[in-house]
Amino acid sequence: MALLTVRGLTTSFSTDQGIIRAVNGVSFTLEPGEVLGLVGESGSGKSVTALSIMRLVREPPAKVQAELLDFEGTDLLRADPRTLRDIRGSGIAMIFQDPMRSLNPVLTIGRQLTETLVRHINIDGNAARRRAIELLEMVGIPMAEKHLGSYPHQFSGGMRQRVMIAIALSCNPRLLIADEATTALDVTIQAQIVELVRTLTKNLGTAVIWISHDLGLVAGLCDRVNVMYAGRIVETGPVREVFYRPSHGYTIGLIGCTPRVDRVGTPLKPINGLPPNLMDDTPLCPFLPRCDVAIPACHRVRPELRSFPGGHFANCLADLTSRHAELR
Amino acid sequence: MDLAKPLLTVEGLAVHFASPRTAFGPAPSPIRAVDGVSFTLARGSTLGLVGESGCGKSTTGYAILQLIRPTAGRVVFDGTDIAALPAKKLRPFRRRMQIIFQDSAASLNPRMPVGDLITEALDIHGLHRGAGRGRRIRQLLDLVGIASHLAERFPHELSGGQAQRIAICRALAVEPELIVCDEAVSALDLSIQAQIVNLLQELQRELGLTYIFISHDLSVVRHISDEVAVMYLGRIVETASRQRIFDAAAHPYSRALLSAVPIPDPDVERARERIILSGDLPSPANPPSGCRFRTRCPVVIEACAAKDPPAKFLAPGHFAACLRV
Repeated sequence: MALLTVRGLTTSFSTDQGIIRAVNGVSFTLEPGEVLGLVGESGSGKSVTALSIMRLVREPPAKVQAELLDFEGTDLLRADPRTLRDIRGSGIAMIFQDPMRSLNPVLTIGRQLTETLVRHINIDGNAARRRAIELLEMVGIPMAEKHLGSYPHQFSGGMRQRVMIAIALSCNPRLLIADEATTALDVTIQAQIVELVRTLTKNLGTAVIWISHDLGLVAGLCDRVNVMYAGRIVETGPVREVFYRPSHGYTIGLIGCTPRVDRVGTPLKPINGLPPNLMDDTPLCPFLPRCDVAIPACHRVRPELRSFPGGHFANCLADLTSRHAELR
Repeated sequence: MDLAKPLLTVEGLAVHFASPRTAFGPAPSPIRAVDGVSFTLARGSTLGLVGESGCGKSTTGYAILQLIRPTAGRVVFDGTDIAALPAKKLRPFRRRMQIIFQDSAASLNPRMPVGDLITEALDIHGLHRGAGRGRRIRQLLDLVGIASHLAERFPHELSGGQAQRIAICRALAVEPELIVCDEAVSALDLSIQAQIVNLLQELQRELGLTYIFISHDLSVVRHISDEVAVMYLGRIVETASRQRIFDAAAHPYSRALLSAVPIPDPDVERARERIILSGDLPSPANPPSGCRFRTRCPVVIEACAAKDPPAKFLAPGHFAACLRV
């Protein structure tokens, strides 16, 4: 049975200028222990998708709708606040880009760890303290016992993110959402943190949704990838299928404009133009104005989801097979 | 103009910042943001200056432009040591060296329309006065791919990519020879980043510009640079041609840095051997003795703590400051 099923998720924000459709009909499922990548550029709706699943989007001004939003049999859309609070932390945990903003600056690390444990697990103060030390050791913080009394500002960025990971994994969640969790870190620190999350979640059997704009990170970590554009999933499939046989004009464009550290470049092929305004809901493919593989039919109808071998789907009418050779 | 002479020679550049004094105890040691940086840069080429936050790459850029006056060292620009010049005599050199920042929306005056922003740069240096000015501004906007009707717009009405084009346009307005690009494409989305990188390369070919491209993103640096210098804690630890640094990096820090950059190719990415460094960057106020990288170095030996490793010659143009190479 799927761990998480999202069907027809739509999150819109009403503003003075009009309605912004940040997420526009997103559907996907996630199996237990699976590692899913959510890639796309700023404003494509990656973070809002995650926040909508966590029900952390403030309503109003937002409006979250879905045909189905199911986590382990619980309907997240209709669950009462109490049930949601139970699920957040012990069922689904989330780590963000900036740990300084997620950690409380005036509470010690120990307090913030034990707070989570006591809230979600039936555990007394002493046991919680012992468990907190274990958790800090697990994420590689030296002198864990001493650091229980430290405040977030006393740690470096990488160390703070380790603390966030310790808190996120403290109650053995079945799903961890990492929203650009390593974007603010230097690459050598990013490598440490990524390796940490990868081994810990693998050992604990935790499913992970990696939200990132970094295609390299997703290529190395994920089983499956969802490519998002203008609030929609435009392509989804196993990571090798999506990277080697991309079947959406946007995906192949994104790969073509990404510089690689292991290759000297042919000139980068930029995607022309700008992402669409999310207030204008086009009846056609949202990528059409910037697409360089569009066919005449693209100007008449919105593409249906097309299926490719290996559980690979794309919302695109063009045939990109001839361009796959240039990707290897 | 002598083409054989390097446009820029930097020797022993240092920038130290005083740490704030506390009420008790002796004065704290200064922060050695840049501590002995030397390199030369040929006209029309691009130097990629890479390293992680706090390594001093931006400060190096500012000190070269004399936006921060260096504590020590020489900055020889086209034959003149500009670090030794008084502020008044620097003026003519300022026109010849420009900078583009990461967040150009923040570096453009929000109360000025785009056209005025460019006019201001021309005014300051007394260029293109009179009738030709309007045509020059249209020509400059055209050069960076901005439609001339956008000259009426204010910076907040521009997208991130457009704002960056305007920042480039304003830098070009005064016809500089050297442009320091300080994380100039780092904040942009991939599709827009590629547009700006290509624009910078076209402009270099057309106008013969020299770039110092400061970035933490090694993939972009590989794409744009001719020479690369890797910085760690205020020092250049390795410098080489683009091809040498990416194919035959010698310094353990350069190697770790390169191995940590993710590659967008599932098979390649999963087959790679990654050198994972332990620990964090030490404080630049109190750098380790000897080699500054030794506290995180995977191949450290005892001698590393005793002696500051000199830059060792490995191949023409390729130097690494490490006892183990």
